Amino acid sequence: MNRDIILQTNKLGKYFYDPIKFKVLDDVSFEVSKGEFLTIVGKSGCGKSTLLYCLSTMDTNYDGEITIANQIVTGQKIDNLAVIRNEKIGFVFQFHYLLPEFSCLKNIMIPALKLGKYSYDEIEERAYQKLEILGLKEQALKPASKLSGGQQQRVSIARALINDPAIIMGDEPTGNLDSKNSETVFEIFKQLSQDFGQTIIAVTHDTDFAKASDRTIEMADGKIVNHNKII
Amino acid sequence: MKLKVNYEIALTHILTRKKQTIVAAMGVTIGIALFIFSNSIVAGFSSYSKSNMFKTIPHIRIYKEDKISKALSITNDSSDLVLISNPKIITTNKNIVNPYGLIKELRTKSFVVNAAPQVNVDLFYNSGKSQLKGVASGINVIEADAMFNIQSTMLAGHLENISSDLNGIIIGKGVAEKMNVRVDDNLTVISSFGVIKVMKVIGIFATENRNTDESKSYINIATAQQLIQESPNSVTDIYLSVREPDSAAYFATNLQELTEYKVEDWKTANADQLAQDNMLGTMTPMIAFSIMLVAAFGIYNIINMTITQKMNDIAILKANGFKGKDIIKIFVTEAFIMGAIGTFLGLLLGALLVQILSGVYIGPPVGYFPIKFDVSIFISATLFGLIASLGAGYLPARKAAKIDPVEIFRK
Ligand SMILES: Nc1ncnc2c1ncn2[C@@H]1O[C@H](COP(=O)(O)OP(=O)(O)OP(=O)(O)O)[C@@H](O)[C@H]1O
Ligand SMILES: [Mg+2]
Repeated sequence: MNRDIILQTNKLGKYFYDPIKFKVLDDVSFEVSKGEFLTIVGKSGCGKSTLLYCLSTMDTNYDGEITIANQIVTGQKIDNLAVIRNEKIGFVFQFHYLLPEFSCLKNIMIPALKLGKYSYDEIEERAYQKLEILGLKEQALKPASKLSGGQQQRVSIARALINDPAIIMGDEPTGNLDSKNSETVFEIFKQLSQDFGQTIIAVTHDTDFAKASDRTIEMADGKIVNHNKII
Repeated sequence: MKLKVNYEIALTHILTRKKQTIVAAMGVTIGIALFIFSNSIVAGFSSYSKSNMFKTIPHIRIYKEDKISKALSITNDSSDLVLISNPKIITTNKNIVNPYGLIKELRTKSFVVNAAPQVNVDLFYNSGKSQLKGVASGINVIEADAMFNIQSTMLAGHLENISSDLNGIIIGKGVAEKMNVRVDDNLTVISSFGVIKVMKVIGIFATENRNTDESKSYINIATAQQLIQESPNSVTDIYLSVREPDSAAYFATNLQELTEYKVEDWKTANADQLAQDNMLGTMTPMIAFSIMLVAAFGIYNIINMTITQKMNDIAILKANGFKGKDIIKIFVTEAFIMGAIGTFLGLLLGALLVQILSGVYIGPPVGYFPIKFDVSIFISATLFGLIASLGAGYLPARKAAKIDPVEIFRK
């Protein structure tokens, strides 16, 4: 297997049965290279989020096969998948989904505390570093619920980065932000990809966002209709 | 703070919802306090009534059981006559043969603390025209006192004089009142064997058990033998005290192998009275148990509510690599903290209630309220409180562990 491929899907298919049986993913096969900034676009309801949940290992109910970092994740036990998510995948959601009772710093630290690779003090220091990259160092000790939407989204990016994941996945990470904040988040993604070689897969409706990414996959009715390879 | 992350999350949830934590803990506090309180009352009553019983009743009694004649004599030989008769008691005397040999043998058993011979005589007390039915126990003072602590019940006179004074009798307070006699007065007794004897009251005792005080008296064992017209070696009963009175039934079965006479433990002999204690002893803890269940349900509700409100958080934690086990740990820990706070306060409140009630004087014959401060009750209350709250947390936590994050994020 090509060492530069970080994620690979082979003939992904998925049905929904409620209210009627329909194929939400149909023969989806693609590869993502290490360090690539990939966006997925398509009309509302074409199956982008569904695809991302399968890639994220949270949805296990699909046909075909997914390989992440040379490891076949399809068919693995739920607890193993949790470990893989913890170690290899960082998430950024449309709604910021921070834990409201915890400070920004703690929110960022939690996945690392779970992983247990570093000591508490080291984790705290790393969390500060991530906050610094995202320009939020002053907000570190504020409760997450007291930040603005844009700030919260940046905290959740910091959280996604804390375990140095193989891939960051985002489902419309700018979808709930105004244009100025969208711009900021977008810049951060670009910077992460260019300066830190971070692999990113993001679902988006934002054409500017998509255009500036390394590659855009376009979906329609559960199928990939355009791979838009890097020229 | 450097707790494991699951515990840190649980603690944060608890600290950010102090009010709910306190409400849930209060429920447990009340449940535990009532559990301790009611069990202490039951234990107090039971030990009070036991110690009351043991003032006159031995742990184990050995005596000759009445035999009843058979109604039919059946033979296999058809030429024999079949005898039909009314069944009746055919025991002619109630003496134990070679009692001192048996006593010596009994004393070799490690669980036997004391073995004393006794001669019980059914008799009438006579004073002028008044007559009262009763029982005189012919005793060996030193042994009987060691067993029943008769000395502590003495109101007047001297117990030990019985050993030297063959005419002396120590009577219950009720007997003294009804017969209108005092120490140094004469009292005539007529035994069921028709022996009449004029005796001198040398002491009066009060056990605070009215039946006993109105019928019982103590006399020298030799005098009792005279009253039943038996030789100085005959004994009707052997009384035993054992190390653990509650195991008397077990010891009795063991001792039964030594002798053909009936060996009866105090529980069998007093089944009626114990039935009442048992009823109280079952009902009261049942009520406390129900209260505790309600308290546990309080925890269950609050954890359930927390989980419903924190669906998003749970989904986020799972997306970040927390396993179902971790989610269970988080919420069970929360329930445990609530339960532990509640249990701790409940132990204090329970101890306080027991302390207060044990200081309440309700007058003779009981004295202070018979409530028992028993460590084992506090230990079982603690276990009970903690286990109930673990259970109350585990049920909803298991549900939380099964939450599918994808479903939450799709909303
Ligand atoms: N749990 C479900 N049961 C049945 N159908 C579902 C379920 N979840 C999603 N769908 C349907 O599957 C299709 C794809 O949904 P999905 O959320 O992947 O679309 P999407 O491309 O992310 O759309 P959007 O851009 O609006 O977010 C839609 O038609 C949706 O109604
Ligand atoms: Mg979507």
